Amino acid sequence: MHAFANPTRFLRLARPATGWLLAIGAVLAGAGMVAGLTLTPPDYLQGETVRILYIHVPAAWLGMAGWMGIAAASFSQIVWRHPLAAVAGRAVAPAGAVFAFVCLVSGSIWGRPTWGTWWEWDGRLTSMLILFFLYLGYIALAAAERERGGEGRIAAIFGLIGAINLPVIHYSVLWWRTLHQGQSISLTGSTIAPALLWPLPLTMLGFTALFVAAVLMLMRKDLAEGKVEARLRRAARS
Amino acid sequence: MNPWPFVIAAYAVTIGATGALIGWAYAGMRRAETAADELNRQ
Repeated sequence: MHAFANPTRFLRLARPATGWLLAIGAVLAGAGMVAGLTLTPPDYLQGETVRILYIHVPAAWLGMAGWMGIAAASFSQIVWRHPLAAVAGRAVAPAGAVFAFVCLVSGSIWGRPTWGTWWEWDGRLTSMLILFFLYLGYIALAAAERERGGEGRIAAIFGLIGAINLPVIHYSVLWWRTLHQGQSISLTGSTIAPALLWPLPLTMLGFTALFVAAVLMLMRKDLAEGKVEARLRRAARS
Repeated sequence: MNPWPFVIAAYAVTIGATGALIGWAYAGMRRAETAADELNRQ
């Protein structure tokens, strides 16, 4: 981890990785979505609407994983002052916000035919909405801090405090048993029938690869902009 | 209730939002790296 905190070393790895991740992500996510739409049977209770599972679950995972990334970057910035930590945090935030948004919208669309409502102030839905607002807050805070020439420490503290919401999202279906179903997939197994489940790993891996590709591209953008700004500042001084 | 409009809408939102994120990140990266390369050449 420490070795990759060097921007030059990071760029040497990120440049070829971006293209590969985009290609692998597009193929896996595309294959998983086609399989989920055409090759799996409808659910005995939910019918065809169960197909939303193949995009909703990866979006929920990436919405939460994005904030885990922000929390890890924030921690390494505060503790080790890694030069890439603030760059990583700023790059993860828009990608995480997009997937948190996709999770909320796809869940709402799934809820209408399944629960008979677009929205309910249920523990899982509300904590996910809070995560989306936390992303917007982090993006605004990190941008304002960068504009002022700060190191990004305030955004890092916000990133660590915001991580408190992650266990709330995870355990919300156990703490408040309202509308959202309980956990059906865990590290040890799944309660979903294998005939329905198999395209899910494809979309999970595919969207994760696209997420990482987007983060790498945004980090490269941030580093290139930083280089241009530094050169312009030097030129203005001389 | 016909479920397909809901399924199609959910997939359209996901593909559209992911495509927009990738396109925005790619365009921003290309613009910034081109500007940095031009500055290096000067």
